[in-house]
Amino acid sequence: MYVAVKGGERAIENAHAWLAEERRGNTDIAELSIAQIREQLSLAVNRVMAEGSLYDPDLAALAIKQARGDLIEAIFLIRAYRTTLPRFGASEPVDTGAMACNRRISATFKDLPGGQVLGPTFDYTHRLLDFKLAADGDPPKAPTRDAQLGDVPHVTEFLNREGLIEEATHDDTPPPDLTREPLEMPADRALRLQALTRADEGFTLGLAYSTQRGYGRNHAFVGELRIGSVPVEMEIPELGFAIEIGEVTLTECETVNQFTGSKTEPPQFTRGYGLVFGQTERKAISMALVDRALRWEELGEDNVGAPAQDAEFVLYHADNIQATGFLEHIKLPHYVDFQSELELVRKLRREAEAQQLQEAAE
Amino acid sequence: MKDALNENDPRKAWMGLLAKAPAGRVAALLGAAISRPAFTWLRAPEIGSTMVRARAGATGAPFNLGEMTVTRCALTLETGEVGHGYIQGRRKADAEVAALVDALMQTAMASSLRTAVLDPLKTEMTTVRVARAAKAAATKVDFFTMTRGED
Amino acid sequence: MQANTLSGGFADPAIGSAHAFRSVMEAMARPGTIQNIDGATPPAPLSPATGAVLLTLCDTETPVYLASDVNCAAVKAWLSFHTGAPLVGPSHCMFAVGTWDALAPLSTYPIGTSEYPDRSATLIVECPELAASGATMTGPGIKEQAALSLPEVEAFRSNRMLFPLGLDFIFTSGDRIAALPRTTHVSAPMGATKVS
Repeated sequence: MYVAVKGGERAIENAHAWLAEERRGNTDIAELSIAQIREQLSLAVNRVMAEGSLYDPDLAALAIKQARGDLIEAIFLIRAYRTTLPRFGASEPVDTGAMACNRRISATFKDLPGGQVLGPTFDYTHRLLDFKLAADGDPPKAPTRDAQLGDVPHVTEFLNREGLIEEATHDDTPPPDLTREPLEMPADRALRLQALTRADEGFTLGLAYSTQRGYGRNHAFVGELRIGSVPVEMEIPELGFAIEIGEVTLTECETVNQFTGSKTEPPQFTRGYGLVFGQTERKAISMALVDRALRWEELGEDNVGAPAQDAEFVLYHADNIQATGFLEHIKLPHYVDFQSELELVRKLRREAEAQQLQEAAE
Repeated sequence: MKDALNENDPRKAWMGLLAKAPAGRVAALLGAAISRPAFTWLRAPEIGSTMVRARAGATGAPFNLGEMTVTRCALTLETGEVGHGYIQGRRKADAEVAALVDALMQTAMASSLRTAVLDPLKTEMTTVRVARAAKAAATKVDFFTMTRGED
Repeated sequence: MQANTLSGGFADPAIGSAHAFRSVMEAMARPGTIQNIDGATPPAPLSPATGAVLLTLCDTETPVYLASDVNCAAVKAWLSFHTGAPLVGPSHCMFAVGTWDALAPLSTYPIGTSEYPDRSATLIVECPELAASGATMTGPGIKEQAALSLPEVEAFRSNRMLFPLGLDFIFTSGDRIAALPRTTHVSAPMGATKVS
C-alpha cells in the first residue's frame, strides 16, 4: 500500500526556532562571538577546517557556533559551503621545508639541526584540571628567546644522505581529485593522502592504533613532527607567473618505519606521511601510520589482512560526512519501505501459522 | 623562509605581500598616503577557492590537501594600468585595495607607495613573524648529559 | 597586458551566467530551437554567443581547444582571464571552439567511456548564420520534428550511432545559439539542396 503524505512544515519551522533558541542558551550569559571561537577554540576550528577540507578559520568558527559545537555537523556545513565556491585553480605544491615552525620535534634524533622545539604543546602538561581558567584573567606573556628565521631541514634528509631511507622522488604528475572524480579503487597514493587528510580524526586514530597493536604492524617512529605556516603560491593565468596568495598553518608528520626488505626493496627505512590543515597533531600522526600501512603493496610486503591495509575499507569509511549522512538517514521517514517489510512479515507469519495448524491437524 | 622582496620579479613580491597582509591594513596605509584614484572594474571582487597541493613525503608526487578561500578582482586605472588582487580569505574590500596598489605600483607613484605602504607592511609582518619565532625558540630543548654510559 | 583584452566579461557574473546557462539549457533540451544569448563581448573572431557560452560553461577544470583562427593571442588572453580554462589539443578537450571546417575531423575528440559517457567533448561551432530550415531533426526534446541550418548531415548521423557515447554540439552565430545533443537523429533536408 502506498500512502503519499505531506505535512510537517509547521512542526519543522517550530523545531528550527527552538533549535535557534537552544543554540543561544541562557540569554543571561554573554553570547559567543565568531572571533572568540576562532581564537579560543582554535583546535576545534582546525579540525573543522581539516575535515571540512576548506581553510578559512572564520568560516569554521561560524560553523561551530551554528552547529552548537557538534564538530561533525560543523564539518558538514563547511563541506556544503565549499561546494558553492568557484575554484580559481590549484596551488603549486607547498614547500613544508620552508615552514615557519611553531613546533618541530623528532623522536629519532636528539640533536638535529634546528633543535627540538616544543611549541605550544599539551605534551608535558599534567592533565590536571586548571581551575584558574574558570576565573577571569589573562595568562602571563610567553617567554621569548632570540630566534633566527630560516628554513628548517627535514629529518628524513639526514637518513637520505646515507641512503638508509626510501626516497620520496620528485614527480609532477597532476594529482587526482576526489572532490571532482568519484573515489575509485585501486586508489594511488595521491588519492589516498587526499582522502586521509580530510578523514575523520577518530576513525583515523583508531586505525592507526590498530597498526600499533599488531593489525598490520609497521614499527613507526615519528621521524619528525612540525607545525607552522607555509606560504601558498598559485600560478595566475592572466599574469603568467605564480604569486603567493596567502599562508596556511599545517601539521606535518613523517614517520620512519622499520623495514627488513622485501622481494623488491632492500632493507631500509620506509616512510609514512601525514599532512593536515591547522594544528592537528593527533590526526597527522594517525594519517602517517595509516598511509604507511596502505603502502604494503607498493613496498612488496605481505597483506596480513589487517583493516588498515585494506584501502577500500579505509578510504570508503573514513569520511565522516558520507558516514553520518548514510547512518543518520535511517532515522528519516521510511514509512513505505517499512510498510512492505511489515506486509512481508505478516504474510510469513500467516503461512507459518497455517503450516502449524495443518501439522497439528495431521 | 623566502624573503619575498629578494625575488627577481618585484611585482610578484608586492602581490604576495598584499595577499598576506592583515585585514584592513593595506587600506589604512594607502588611505594615509593618498586619496584613492578612480578605476574601472575588469572583474568585480569575487570569492572562490584554490585547491592547496602538497607533496607526498614533502618532496614526492603532488596530492590535493584541501581548499582555501580566496578573493580576487581586477581593475584598470584611468591611465590604463591593470591591477590584480588575489588574496586569502573572503575580503572583497581588501582585494580591491590590493588590486589598486598593484595598479598604482606600475605608475610613477611606485616609489612613494613603496615607502608609504609596502615597506611598513613588510616591517610589520616581519615583526609578527619574529615575535612568534622568538616564542618558539624559547621552547627549544637544551639537553644536559647526566652520565655517559660508555665511560 | 592590455585592459581591453580583459573587458567584455559579464557585467554581473552571477546573473549573466545564470541567464546564459538558461539559454544553453533550453537549446540543449529543445534541439533545433534558436535561443538568444548575450552579455559577453569577446575579442574577434569569437561571436558574442560563443563568448557567453564559454564564460558560462568553462573554468579552470575544463580544458578548451581553440581551433585554427580562434586560436589567437586576444582570444587566449580573454579566455584565460575570464575562465582560467587550460588550453589543450583536440584529443584532451572538454570544449572545442571554431568554425565547422576548422574543427574537423570529429574523430579526434573524446566521446566518453562506457562508464562515464559524460567525459566527452562539446563542440562550439561558429556559424555564418542560424536558421530554422535545412536538416531535419527528431528525437528527445523535439515534439515532431525540427529543422536547423546544420553545416552537414552525415557527421551527426555517425555521431548518433555512437550513443550513449558521442559529441554534443552548440552552434553559435552573432547573439544566437542552437544545439544538437548526441540523442538527436538528423536526416537530410526534405527536397532541399545542400545546406552550407
